[in-house]
Amino acid sequence: MIDTHLPALVVVLPLLGGLLAVFAGRGVLPWLWATLVASATFAATIALLMKVQAEGVVTYAMGGWQAPWGIEYRVDALSATVLVVVAAISCVTTFYARLSVAKEIPKDRHNFFYSLWLLCQAGLLGITITGDAFNIYVMLEISSLTVYGLIALGGNNDRRAFTAAINYLVIGSIGASFILIAIGYLYMMTGTLNIADMSAKLTEFYFKDEQLYGTKNATIYVAFAFLMVGLGIKMALFPLHTWLPNAYTYAPSAVTALLAATATKVGIYMTIRFYFTIFGVQFSFGQIPNRVILMACACFAIILGSVIAIRQTQFKKTLAYSSVAQIGYIVLGFSLLNVSGIAGSIVHIVNHAMIKGGLFMAVGAVAYRTRVTSLDALSGLGKRMPLTMAAFTAGGLSLIGFPLTAGFVSKWYLVTGALESGLWPLAIVVLIGSILALIYVWRMIELIYFAEPREDAPTREAPWSLLLPTWVLIGASIYFGIDATLTGGLAESAARMLLGNP
Amino acid sequence: MKQPGSIEEHVVIRVTSKMLIPYIMIFGFYVIAHGEIGPGGGFQGGVILAAAYILYCLVFGVEAGSRALPRRAVEATMALGVLFYAGIGVLGMFRGAAFLDYRVLLSDPASAEPLGMTLVETGIGFTVAAVMITVFNMITEPTAVSGPENAPETGESKGSATS
Repeated sequence: MIDTHLPALVVVLPLLGGLLAVFAGRGVLPWLWATLVASATFAATIALLMKVQAEGVVTYAMGGWQAPWGIEYRVDALSATVLVVVAAISCVTTFYARLSVAKEIPKDRHNFFYSLWLLCQAGLLGITITGDAFNIYVMLEISSLTVYGLIALGGNNDRRAFTAAINYLVIGSIGASFILIAIGYLYMMTGTLNIADMSAKLTEFYFKDEQLYGTKNATIYVAFAFLMVGLGIKMALFPLHTWLPNAYTYAPSAVTALLAATATKVGIYMTIRFYFTIFGVQFSFGQIPNRVILMACACFAIILGSVIAIRQTQFKKTLAYSSVAQIGYIVLGFSLLNVSGIAGSIVHIVNHAMIKGGLFMAVGAVAYRTRVTSLDALSGLGKRMPLTMAAFTAGGLSLIGFPLTAGFVSKWYLVTGALESGLWPLAIVVLIGSILALIYVWRMIELIYFAEPREDAPTREAPWSLLLPTWVLIGASIYFGIDATLTGGLAESAARMLLGNP
Repeated sequence: MKQPGSIEEHVVIRVTSKMLIPYIMIFGFYVIAHGEIGPGGGFQGGVILAAAYILYCLVFGVEAGSRALPRRAVEATMALGVLFYAGIGVLGMFRGAAFLDYRVLLSDPASAEPLGMTLVETGIGFTVAAVMITVFNMITEPTAVSGPENAPETGESKGSATS
């Protein structure tokens, strides 16, 4: 009985939970409630993934209105994987949030914080699960607006969070409007909002038009152009990434961990959905030189993101620019258009969520003990906070792509994909990216283990409730580096589904 | 506190707005209830409801406004309205149909459908009104950036706007 409602529950649980969190009062209760809701949501996504693996695509008609008229929730191998990642990270970061939020956010805002927190998760999960193009936009707005609020809550610590939030608000709203315009144009041309239906109509309509009249349908091209820019902003692809570094740097620690691990990943998921499922490979990459554009942006993101990361003096900003580079890897992966490349993309969505989530949690633990955010605050912490710094080091190695870490698996897939396509310069870009990552990670590791502690350095290890979630994610990234059969298998089946040969 | 020439001194404005406010509210509720079969609905109706409150505040002052509608009640209504919406949706689930399926709310699906829609619109209406009122409250009330001890590096003075 309950498992027929699983797709709805994945969104309804955090939605209702987030609204109820407002009434949880002050103290520890809002956090407890949020943890409970996030755990229940995580359990629901696991159940959903198992159901999808057993039965194939799972669908749910909202309000009993059947697709293509009503809003359909549709879970396939790709969305089930992303759902589990988002819900898992949300669950772990919620557990992590208690102390961090208690320190960084005024007491009378805790219930609102957890309300926004859960609503943001509802939005992110909603984008992933829905099979309706307009619903994607609605959920996108839910997640974006809550994220702006969550970032601004960091303004209590550092008032630059307000500017970062406003900056993201303006850029993000432009991105969202572009996506809305594109969906509007697509609706105009196809008369449907259901993704599967829209995709079928679009392909038939577009290619028929071209065969019969020899003309190209400008509306579809304009829609695609709007989408490329809008989605580029939402996933922070290189020239459109400017909102990301400040937003990640000044947001509260727990929010940064959640954002870095999930928000841009869901943006990439949306991009894959629009390019591969709605427009189809033939249009997205055949009719438009999209592949070259994406590859160029991705290569610039990898090289320039890493170079800028090396030059940063704040550890949160280094990690933020490293995220820009990692998004480059993911985009590079799916623009290769072969199974290894797309699988590399999806594997890296999973792996990078664990790695960056863990890393931001580790630096959040440092921020919990010391207020300083400059790079040299890490000096000598290898002795003072050995467990936190061990997690940080393991995460850093994974970022480089050291063998036996999750990052290695992703890069293996990417390099294989690039070589399969015969594009060996791209394989070299991936390797250069790793070397640059080695430089910025080594700068921090050198400070951690070989520098003398500062006078104001923390003297105690981080509390266990911050350490445990950090190690859960870092541990998972090590586990999936050694045994990648689960992530690799899911990613490859999703990649084959996207390319249309299951 | 009345100042000479302030809006609170104008008898015509006070009396007219006192007369108007109930009708504005009734119109707001009408738009919400009407949304199921015609133009209108929770969003539009909610804004009209909020407009009644904003008019009251403009004429009788923000203090009188917050006495009439305490801030905490408005904040609670923001969440309660959406909760009501989602609650109706979950009710459908408990009755064995899909989320937000109204047809199972009553034994007769033809009358259950409008009922569900109206209830959902009511929830939206309350949330929208509460959000609009909160926006208005935030603009009018002195901003309270309840910052704890840690002073920001920028050193700018914390919110000291006066209404």
